[in-house]
Amino acid sequence: MSALPVNEPVAQAQRDVILKVEAVSKHFGAVTALERVDLELGRGEVLGLVGDNGAGKSTLVKIICGFQRPDTGRILLEGREVNFHSVEDARAHGIDTVYQDLALVPQLTVYENLFLNREITTMGRLGVLSRRQMRARARQYLENINVNIPNIDAEVELLSGGQRQAIAVARATRGNAKILLLDEPLAAMGAKESALIMDLVKDLARRGVSMIVIDHNYAHLFSLCDRLNVIQQGRVSMDVKVADTSVEELTEHMVSAFRKRLEAGHVALESEHHGQAG
Amino acid sequence: MVDSGGTLASASAGARHGAPTAPAPSAKTGRGLTPVSLLQTAIARREITVIVVTIGAIIYFSLRASSFYSTANIIVLVQYVAPIMVIGTGEVLMLVLAEIDLSAGQVYLTAPWFVYWFWTAGLPVGVAIIIAMVLSALIGLLNGLFTVRLGVPSLIVTLGTLYVFFGYVLVQSNYQQVNMPGTTGTFGTIFGIGSWSTILWGLLLTLAIWFLLKRTRFGVHTTATGGNYLAAAEAGIPVNRVKVWCFVIIAFVSAWAGILDAVRIGSMNPGNTGLDIVLTPIVAAVIGGTALTGGRATVLGTIIGAVFLGILEDGLNIIGVNAQWFYFFEGVIILIAMAANVQLGQLAARFRK
Repeated sequence: MSALPVNEPVAQAQRDVILKVEAVSKHFGAVTALERVDLELGRGEVLGLVGDNGAGKSTLVKIICGFQRPDTGRILLEGREVNFHSVEDARAHGIDTVYQDLALVPQLTVYENLFLNREITTMGRLGVLSRRQMRARARQYLENINVNIPNIDAEVELLSGGQRQAIAVARATRGNAKILLLDEPLAAMGAKESALIMDLVKDLARRGVSMIVIDHNYAHLFSLCDRLNVIQQGRVSMDVKVADTSVEELTEHMVSAFRKRLEAGHVALESEHHGQAG
Repeated sequence: MVDSGGTLASASAGARHGAPTAPAPSAKTGRGLTPVSLLQTAIARREITVIVVTIGAIIYFSLRASSFYSTANIIVLVQYVAPIMVIGTGEVLMLVLAEIDLSAGQVYLTAPWFVYWFWTAGLPVGVAIIIAMVLSALIGLLNGLFTVRLGVPSLIVTLGTLYVFFGYVLVQSNYQQVNMPGTTGTFGTIFGIGSWSTILWGLLLTLAIWFLLKRTRFGVHTTATGGNYLAAAEAGIPVNRVKVWCFVIIAFVSAWAGILDAVRIGSMNPGNTGLDIVLTPIVAAVIGGTALTGGRATVLGTIIGAVFLGILEDGLNIIGVNAQWFYFFEGVIILIAMAANVQLGQLAARFRK
């Protein structure tokens, strides 16, 4: 996407940055999840976040989407500082999230899930559903973004994992999201289904949706992203364009940093902790 | 429950037993009208078990006793069925939220007591009824707020309110049976006395709840709250408010059914406990195909479930079986119907693959 060189400071100033995270820190008790993190997302760019469990990736995403509030630091959306108090708040600003746990209701139909809490209704306060309109719009929208769900009247429970994920992504972008946060969108998905979601993400990027993707699979990230940020110990330790790096370089970077910490005695192999900040 | 893709990205979403409604066979599905798809639809309909046993019961009892079809008997039957249907449909709202209201039967008994009490205090019967309905709705509000605000399971909260209001009515009434006001004239005919009054009111209330659940935004939000609480909350649905409203609705309809029945019978006996009354409607909802785990409900199944329980009670009576056998058979039916629902659900899931 962004053909501009990201590593030169001068060029960076001219880049169309849609989201900027400045010196954001977050602590959970004694645990430091994020330590003065800086991050930039270009318009229409797909940015991958890489890092070990507990490195702070999910915390960062949760702060951007309004689920958690940073202790310090600020977030700039299209150059203006924003303070999100809730997920709804962030959504109103065009930032939407696709959660790891697939926030769909299995017993509702495809179109009911797509319109969850944004139902089209008639008769005012009574809120009678206009199912015909919802169906028609859902069908058209899925067609627009090339998601093929044969029967939108089917309950989501009947669909494959990939189809469900596609609906979750589609729902997040339906409300004209400018920025989409994807927390492990390909977790536990087969090759065919991963391809379905990757195509969808790439297609959305072509339409100008900016995205931040968390994934553990380098192959996925190299295929999906324009740029990668490595997060280690609550900091961005590497910021690189996908075109300028390789899986080997990235692996070497991750391992060498870990080796340094190991040598410095900051971490012992046996007691490596997993968890709190996912 | 593994899908065609062979993945289980969301085990929680996949690991439910309830048999979902199969997509209607149509050109859209690309499957067409095959025997398999018909069978699939049939076993995926949650009401199927209760429909089959109800038809079986009708055939059995009408062969055993000719009086089964008499108008007099049908009136007895529908008067028995009406409150079960109404409270049972209220419980559908609870069960779809994965909650339960054990106090609904006590509200059914307490509401007519309120009517009587305010009437003896000198208020016109119409006003007494309105006040009784408001107070009953407040009992529902209390149940709801306790459940969502204090995080006490609704099973326990409503067991508490059940006993509170059982005790309250006992104390205030001195354990004396009282005669209900409003049992005369057109008023009485409309509100309970008329042979078809309670069942018509019952159908009106169940239809209203069905409409609410299946045709409105509130209904989708209720299903979403019960089906995937987190997802509903993440989507911005006011999940707690939805729950509280459902508690208010079940209290309201139970109160109305109770007032109508007390007027029909002409008296109210404070010695009855709500627990005896609430269990049969819950059974009606459950054998009708509503899952206890939330997210899946069928109002039609509940109505048929109530009709079935009515036929069972009435039919055993007519053919001269000791009335105590009713409980025995109710228990047997619960076991059979639930086993069938679960097994058919799994069969339907296998067909989907």
